Amino acid sequence: MRKYNLYITAKKGIFDPAGATAQSALDNLGFAGVNSVKIGKLIELETADEVNTDMVETMCKKLLANPIIEDFRIEEVQ
Amino acid sequence: MSQDAPDLIDQSAIPAPVAEGIESLEPELARELAVQLGLKPEEFDNVVRVQGRLPSLTELYIYSLMWSEHCSYKHSKKQLRKFTSSGTGVLQGPGENAGVISVGDGWAVAFKMESHNHPSAIEPFEGAATGVGGIIRDIFTMGARPIACLDSLRFGTLDKPRQRYLFDGAVAGIGAYGNCLGVPTVGGEVYFEQAYEGNCLINAMAVGLMRESELTRAVGSGPGNHVVLLGSSTGRDGIGGASVLASQEFDEAAEDKRPAVQVGDPFEEKLLIEVCLELLKQGKFVALGDLGAAGLTSSASEMASRGGVGIDIDVHQVPQREDGMQAFEIMVSESQERMLAVVEPADWPDVQAVCERWDVTCTIIGTITDTGRFVVRDSRLPASADIVADMPAEMLAASAPEYDPISRRPTYLDELQNYDLSVLLSTPPRIPPTLARYAGLNASAEPSKVAESTAAAESDKIAKTGAAFSPTSPSSSLAVCARALLASPNICSRAWIWQQYDHQVMNNTVILPGADAAVLRIGDTGRGQMSRRGIAMSTDCNGRYCYLDPYRGAQLALAEATRNLACVGAEPAAITDCLNFGNPEKPEVFYTFERAVSGLADACEFFGIPVISGNVSFYNESFGNAIYPTPAIGIVGTLEDVAQAVGLGFKQAGDVVLLIGETNAELGGSEYLKLFYDVVAGCPPALDLEVEAAVQAAVREGGQHGLLASAHDCSEGGLFVTLAECCIAGNLGASVVLDDNLDAVFSLFAESASRIVVSSSPEQVDKLLDILAKYEVPYAVLGEVGGSLLSIDADGRVETGVTGDATNTTTIATAGDTASAAQLEIPLDELHRLYNDSLAQAMGA
Amino acid sequence: MSFRFGVVVFPGSNCEQDVVYALDYLGYTADYVWHQDHSLAGCDAVILPGGFSYGDYLRCGAIARFSPIMEAVVRFAQDGGPIMGICNGFQVLTEAHLLPGALIRNKGLKFLCREVPLRVEQSVCQWLKPTTQTLRLPINHNEGNYRCDAATLKSLVDNCQVVLRYGAPDCAPGYVPERAPGYVPERASGYVPERASERVSERVAGGAPGSMPSSASDAAGLAGAAGTAEVAPNGALDNIAGICNREGNVFGLMPHPERVCDGISGNSDGIVFFETIAQRLCAV
Repeated sequence: MRKYNLYITAKKGIFDPAGATAQSALDNLGFAGVNSVKIGKLIELETADEVNTDMVETMCKKLLANPIIEDFRIEEVQ
Repeated sequence: MSQDAPDLIDQSAIPAPVAEGIESLEPELARELAVQLGLKPEEFDNVVRVQGRLPSLTELYIYSLMWSEHCSYKHSKKQLRKFTSSGTGVLQGPGENAGVISVGDGWAVAFKMESHNHPSAIEPFEGAATGVGGIIRDIFTMGARPIACLDSLRFGTLDKPRQRYLFDGAVAGIGAYGNCLGVPTVGGEVYFEQAYEGNCLINAMAVGLMRESELTRAVGSGPGNHVVLLGSSTGRDGIGGASVLASQEFDEAAEDKRPAVQVGDPFEEKLLIEVCLELLKQGKFVALGDLGAAGLTSSASEMASRGGVGIDIDVHQVPQREDGMQAFEIMVSESQERMLAVVEPADWPDVQAVCERWDVTCTIIGTITDTGRFVVRDSRLPASADIVADMPAEMLAASAPEYDPISRRPTYLDELQNYDLSVLLSTPPRIPPTLARYAGLNASAEPSKVAESTAAAESDKIAKTGAAFSPTSPSSSLAVCARALLASPNICSRAWIWQQYDHQVMNNTVILPGADAAVLRIGDTGRGQMSRRGIAMSTDCNGRYCYLDPYRGAQLALAEATRNLACVGAEPAAITDCLNFGNPEKPEVFYTFERAVSGLADACEFFGIPVISGNVSFYNESFGNAIYPTPAIGIVGTLEDVAQAVGLGFKQAGDVVLLIGETNAELGGSEYLKLFYDVVAGCPPALDLEVEAAVQAAVREGGQHGLLASAHDCSEGGLFVTLAECCIAGNLGASVVLDDNLDAVFSLFAESASRIVVSSSPEQVDKLLDILAKYEVPYAVLGEVGGSLLSIDADGRVETGVTGDATNTTTIATAGDTASAAQLEIPLDELHRLYNDSLAQAMGA
Repeated sequence: MSFRFGVVVFPGSNCEQDVVYALDYLGYTADYVWHQDHSLAGCDAVILPGGFSYGDYLRCGAIARFSPIMEAVVRFAQDGGPIMGICNGFQVLTEAHLLPGALIRNKGLKFLCREVPLRVEQSVCQWLKPTTQTLRLPINHNEGNYRCDAATLKSLVDNCQVVLRYGAPDCAPGYVPERAPGYVPERASGYVPERASERVSERVAGGAPGSMPSSASDAAGLAGAAGTAEVAPNGALDNIAGICNREGNVFGLMPHPERVCDGISGNSDGIVFFETIAQRLCAV
């Protein structure tokens, strides 16, 4: 069995309303010096051994992320 | 206090056990565990009597849940018998998942209101969302398509961050669930009051529509039939929810109870609605019930006991989402979005086909039997010892304890009812600093300048000191008070809330949220028949009134609910209620419950309105303090033709403005007292049910004859707020004179019952006056719609110092020696700003 | 000539019955098309309705676009068939790349359900009469914040693909239905529809890039200007509420016209889209 963590985040330059709101909330709470907050999602995959990183990348491109607005990063968990 | 569990167990009525040699608990362990699970020692003794032996682990869990307050209504049952639940048009009263009434032309409406207070106080988003999910399941279980939700909410005051978090989360949760389902949330109410700070109230009401012939009941029958579980898999979520959360007080430990809160999946519920309605329509279900509090245990045992049959369930067949779940965990899990159905074996393939089409899991988990026993087996165990519970199905529910708690009139009632308001009212009113800030008000400004007085320096000053007024300058005092009331979180526009809810899906919403009552056209949008008939709905309860006088307060709640329907032109048909109170084992709390139920029952009887469903929520306390008694009412009424529905906004310049009903010199329990003096005292407004009924009948008839351009009831904040709301909703000004021989503060802000402000065209008004004369209701012609100002001359002919009745005498507006002293003029855009922006402001926007 | 609308039902769609009702009310024929079907045979126009397909848990419309029916929808689009995606349907169309860009969460992070004023742009859209100028339509979404990159926006504007923008703050409902069955809206005033189907085809025929210099440059000015006032309640880029493809047959919008067709809530502005496409279908 293999395990992958997929990190989906707002693409650079794409407005992230959740992140912006959290940033202003942190600011209001007095946490100074927070320059940027980005909120994304973590997808945990458990797969058969033959599922390799390339296949996971295709899954991301096709379904799990929307390349128009989202970036993704694949991390295989040991 | 000591209460004896009634020993009414008739052993001969108990059907014989199915299992032999079931593994009972050791006596000491059983007793200890029973206490931990919330059973009283005498209740445990009854368990042993009913079982004829010590219970098994699974049995003990099941009894503790079925006999919890939440499931058994053991402290309230006797009081609830005061309600009349039958009447013409009632197709199903209490005792089923929801009540059902006929609304004409073969249409029927199912509705019910239920609390989800305790889960929401821990996790507001999921608590409120699953509250909506649960009540909606109760509706489609009856065969009705859910067509509307309403929510009655209570929180602490919004200056507390925790309260803003709870309110924000609950609104988002209600929206997230209902919006995803495509069921419009069309109405509701919310109040912010210290009394709810440690214990918010989330009461969700759902309404469903069906043809009368489609009514289904959760009555199991036909030995040999399959017992089928549909929907989500079962996990450990919500284990013990009903007994742990809803049946005891709230304290520090509450935070630790987080795991008991369930998570909702509205998408699964949407699929379940379609699957269940389709299969019901095809006649493939013998019975259908939802899994709510106490999960599989309560729905299976109730289905069996209603049908007088037995039921045999194998927990191993239940689809599970977690490993290693024990039998009792599967039986009591409160995982959401699950339904239980009884299916004839011949229909099973069809049921499977529909479920497959919608991608909904369905599993046979048991069989209907003729043993009268509720049997739970676990086929993972050896066949000889696989039965883990064997209980008499009917007795499980029927032998639940029933108490007659001690009732004692709380001493605070006399104190507060006799409170001398005149002394208080002779001191200057004080605007709460935060409110003054975001409403842009200050103490000394002339009314015309108030709008601009938002300079930072002014705000700071007000924030530090609070804004106070000299009683010797009543004009500015009244003007600022009026503005502040309009911006009060308890009065201002609720658009911030209902714009987060889809209130239009299904294309039947005729009168949108924000009016006295929501009006929906009856019709099976896009699937079947449509009609011109309509239903109107509202939820109402003023907890302050109930706190000051539980009997009258409950009556006032019903009076307002029915009045709201009258305003839109609807005839009341039936109510549901959600009775939120503190710990019933405290005599003072129980007194308020008993009196509120009596008040409501008597008023319902007077109006001839049946109570067809409802819910009791006790133990709404935190750190020993009970909430205000809050018997929330959800009412449904009917209209012959939705084209006749009347809105609240003024419609046409030149229309005549009338007040139907009379204002009295009473400010007890008013928003005015609370907001400007921080006092909740006095007697709630007087209520004469005969007058109330006449006012409503007259307005309803006026609406049905097309004589009303608008109608809006007077409630919190008094006549001033009502007039302002009519202006705001219609975007039209008005000019009125309040010639009622009362001091201006009463004319404007008294919350006297049985009053409705209407407008009518000059051509129609005579016909309207004829109707008012016919019903012999008091009325006053106040003035005329038009212009871009709300202009009120509240001075009338009041002489200096002349006031209302003796008990409420006050001298606040004594400087009535010039006509201008009680003259209010507020521009429309300022009304809009104060009213429409304030809730967002209070939420820190 | 008879024609038929197909209304696609995904699991979690919840406005399909509203669309069918509205079409029915207007006297058109409409049928539901199940997401597992493979064919749109017999449909002359296709509507992807609002709702929460697959709960919208992953991303709005992300899973629905892989439904079997979507292959047929793509072919239908390529063949020039008229398609309208309302709200969730718009999201599905962008996920399926039938329309450019994407819809992300509303700026204020709040679900928004209210009536909004809209400015009708000069566009190649086949679903809207050119004479309509303003409309009031209800919005009802959590993810209506339109986003695309600068090049895409420029191309949308240059090719007259921006159909609706949020704005026109004080406009009253602008469309008076040609037929007045049932409940006649009381608030409607001002706009009297021209019987303008000829003008629609004329304009669409000549709707190549650059053929409408004035409107295109106006729009380009708006898009390019950093100072464009944001009036979109959801924060949408360039106040975009609805766009179409270059050919004008595929149209996606966040507002819900189907909710304001029979006038029971006092507004009939939604009719214009269905009536326009019906006139085109009749003319074919």
